[in-house]
Amino acid sequence: MEIKLILNGRPIVREAEPDTLLIDFVRAQGCLSVKRGCETSNCGLCTVMLDGKPVLSCGVLAARASGHRVDTLEGLQAEAEDFVAFIADQGAEQCGFCNPGFVMNTIALLRENPDPTDEEIKAFLVGNLCRCSGYEGQLRGIRAYLDAKKAREKEAQ
Amino acid sequence: MEEKKYRAVGQPVRKKDAMQLLLGKPAYVDDVTPRDCLVVKLLRSPHAHALIKSIRTDLALKVPGMVAVYTWEDVPQKRYTNAGQTYPEPSPYDRLILDRRLRCVGDPVAILAGEDEKAVDRAMKLVKVEYEVLEPVLDFHKAKDGPVLVHPEDNWRSLCPVGADNRRNLVASETCGDGDLEAVMADCDLVLEHTFHTKACQQAMMETFRTYTEMDHYGRLHVISSTQIVFHVRRIVANALDIPKSMIHVEKPRIGGGFGAKQTSVSEVYPAFVTWKTGRAAKLIYTRAECQTIGSPRHEMELTVRLGANRDGRIRALDVYTLSNSGAYGEHGPTTVGLSGHKSIPLYTGSLEAFRFVYDVVYTNLQAAGAYRGYGATQGVFAVESMVNELAGKLGMDPVQLRLQNMVREGMVMPAYYGETATACALDRCLERCAELFGWKERFPVRKLPNGHLRSTGVAMCMQGSGISGVDVGSATVRLGDEGFFTLSIGAADMGTGCDTILAQIAAECLECPVENIAVFGADSDASPYDSGSYASSTTYVTGRAVEKACTKLKEEMCALAAEMLGCESSALEYAEGCVRRLDGSAQVSLADLATRSMVMNTRPIEATCSNSSPTSPPPYMVGMCEIDIDPETGKVTPIDYVSVVDCGTPINPNLARIQAEGGLVQGMGMALYENVTYSDKGAIAENSFMQYKIPSRMDMGHLRVEFESSYEQSGPFGAKSIGEVVINTPPPAIAHAIWRATGAWHRELPITPEKVLMGMQHHEP
Repeated sequence: MEIKLILNGRPIVREAEPDTLLIDFVRAQGCLSVKRGCETSNCGLCTVMLDGKPVLSCGVLAARASGHRVDTLEGLQAEAEDFVAFIADQGAEQCGFCNPGFVMNTIALLRENPDPTDEEIKAFLVGNLCRCSGYEGQLRGIRAYLDAKKAREKEAQ
Repeated sequence: MEEKKYRAVGQPVRKKDAMQLLLGKPAYVDDVTPRDCLVVKLLRSPHAHALIKSIRTDLALKVPGMVAVYTWEDVPQKRYTNAGQTYPEPSPYDRLILDRRLRCVGDPVAILAGEDEKAVDRAMKLVKVEYEVLEPVLDFHKAKDGPVLVHPEDNWRSLCPVGADNRRNLVASETCGDGDLEAVMADCDLVLEHTFHTKACQQAMMETFRTYTEMDHYGRLHVISSTQIVFHVRRIVANALDIPKSMIHVEKPRIGGGFGAKQTSVSEVYPAFVTWKTGRAAKLIYTRAECQTIGSPRHEMELTVRLGANRDGRIRALDVYTLSNSGAYGEHGPTTVGLSGHKSIPLYTGSLEAFRFVYDVVYTNLQAAGAYRGYGATQGVFAVESMVNELAGKLGMDPVQLRLQNMVREGMVMPAYYGETATACALDRCLERCAELFGWKERFPVRKLPNGHLRSTGVAMCMQGSGISGVDVGSATVRLGDEGFFTLSIGAADMGTGCDTILAQIAAECLECPVENIAVFGADSDASPYDSGSYASSTTYVTGRAVEKACTKLKEEMCALAAEMLGCESSALEYAEGCVRRLDGSAQVSLADLATRSMVMNTRPIEATCSNSSPTSPPPYMVGMCEIDIDPETGKVTPIDYVSVVDCGTPINPNLARIQAEGGLVQGMGMALYENVTYSDKGAIAENSFMQYKIPSRMDMGHLRVEFESSYEQSGPFGAKSIGEVVINTPPPAIAHAIWRATGAWHRELPITPEKVLMGMQHHEP
């Protein structure tokens, strides 16, 4: 069947099987940041934006995304770059395999709630598993980013 | 302790690959290998123990797009092991790529290769297998000398004297000790004895096992795999396929986590066999369900500990018997078990007069175990530390004071740790600092919150090793490049831990240059200098020293070339701050000029390779203290605060060391509270996905604090020991301790689920 969608701002039309999952569809289009860590929608690694909202692309058929806007980390590099440097400064990226899903969902969090508390951060990102970091470094990184952003904003005033 | 000023060592340098990984650039096996290759999948046994009576593949092969289906009749009949260990491996040679005898649920029955996944999935249903279902060995207590043999075959081989005997279902067995155990026990005021049980926990690294294989343009088999052990994989694949080692080239791209799982060659041999047979490129990607049920998890162990002590708190004798379940195959069976005693008993070297350590490792018809961070020490520490906490309770003593009274201290000879001396040990300082940081005394009383929940605290300490003494080899090649940068080539595998960066920091320290001037390459069995691989907490300590040595040698080479340029003896020169200069300061050659000169009419390679091995394995030490919350209505335990202090020698990169510690603590919490493995009466694992196998999320681990109390290990690079594994060991005993203190019930089987806590509370009113 024909899948017609806007992938990272670019309209594309591709043939796909009716049972093709969105994760496999976007990876076939070269969006290799999207990772599969489980088959049961438990790990959060495959998070992409569907019309600007984070979804697990292993749980969405490509056909359902047809006619919609899909963004992967490939399309959100500029928005990610500033924030992820703070994760790097904690060494919390570690193996990196869960990073794209974590970064996508953090972007979603900050779009929705630009000034979250630690508890709000944990609650929003609870579905993003990470086996390396123990999560604490990711939290420190996000907190450091928010503090730096606030300091910048204060300076600008 | 030496206080030195370093420029690169001890700095929280960003991991060299950090930004690329965080921005999702292609880096892993499935990202960097071609998509148009054969899809390989395995048909797996539904039975725990069976013989294949007949197997028909003709219908499967008729599916359009199917290229090959292989069965036990197609594979070489020489046994090998998947264990990534130095040859001759202690693990028995007990595997074939495909075997007529199936030894656990999930054991491969056939290899299917096709043009696309759909064809392979269809063909999978069309392989017709007739099984003769046999009685399985599912209870590891009944395996030794039981009536059913897991490996009755004649060509089973054990290469090392580890006490293995396939006719007795034994993978290994040993007895060792020091002092007159029974006499000391008889003289003790009290002797405690209990049995502990730990499960076959999964590493659950986010990237499952996966391998791509192709024939290269020289007709050699090229293996690109997510592995910690490129050189061992070369040997394993050659043994499995029964082809020369020279025909194989193994490399690893970025690895999506390992934790020991990828110290076993779980996925490599299958696509390698397909490619070798068909000449076609092939890829095998394990599903999470396969990872959970037929991976290489921790060895399930049952440990019986007898502890003899005096009323004054002196711990005088320890007797540990470990029964380890290796499952269907023996990978890492003979070696993991040793750590359950040799890395728990020596913690009490300070007062111990005698010890005995006895073990049996048995085959069963369950998932084969492998290497998982902690490698047996985790299981042993849970048992011994729980016993010590129980002793403190019995004596009414502060468990911190009890440990300070009995612990190993710097300079002591540790009879239970292969007679090694604790050359660098800050365990006492770790415990004192941890107690201070945590507020142990103030927080010691169990509290009842207004909502009825209980708050209580627990403590544990532990040790590990730094590489395998007398075995592990680490190597490094350092080379001068254009404009004066350096390349560092290693065979160790960065699996996310950051060893590429840590080793570059060591090189930068030696070569007195910025870390950015060191480009790191690895790991590749053709191009890297030999390294046993990244396991046994070896990379910083063993390979790090090799980097140091190689840099020293490279500096000599650079001085020799500069001497030619300056027309003097190289003894009149020194390497300093990015140039080679005369000791009298009268002339110098920049690295850029030296590099240029090295590429013109030059016969002296400005390159150095050095290897390193250590006769000892200096232990890192750690103390952990936790506060937990217990809901008395449900039995749910929630970690609130976990404080730990680590002695890993000099932390080369404090950021990365801290993240290792935090990540290990959370894995330890998973093992203590959440990660269960249960079997059906047919031997199938219930927890075959992240739906059932609950690794901790960020809501399940409370708040973590990690500090370092460093000793200085003379034999390590810049005083470093290791950190990778020690970090997982304290949570199970510390949490079990806290639960006992709140509920009055000891839990000696992991994980300590809410059901168990609730049942325990009903029997012991707090």
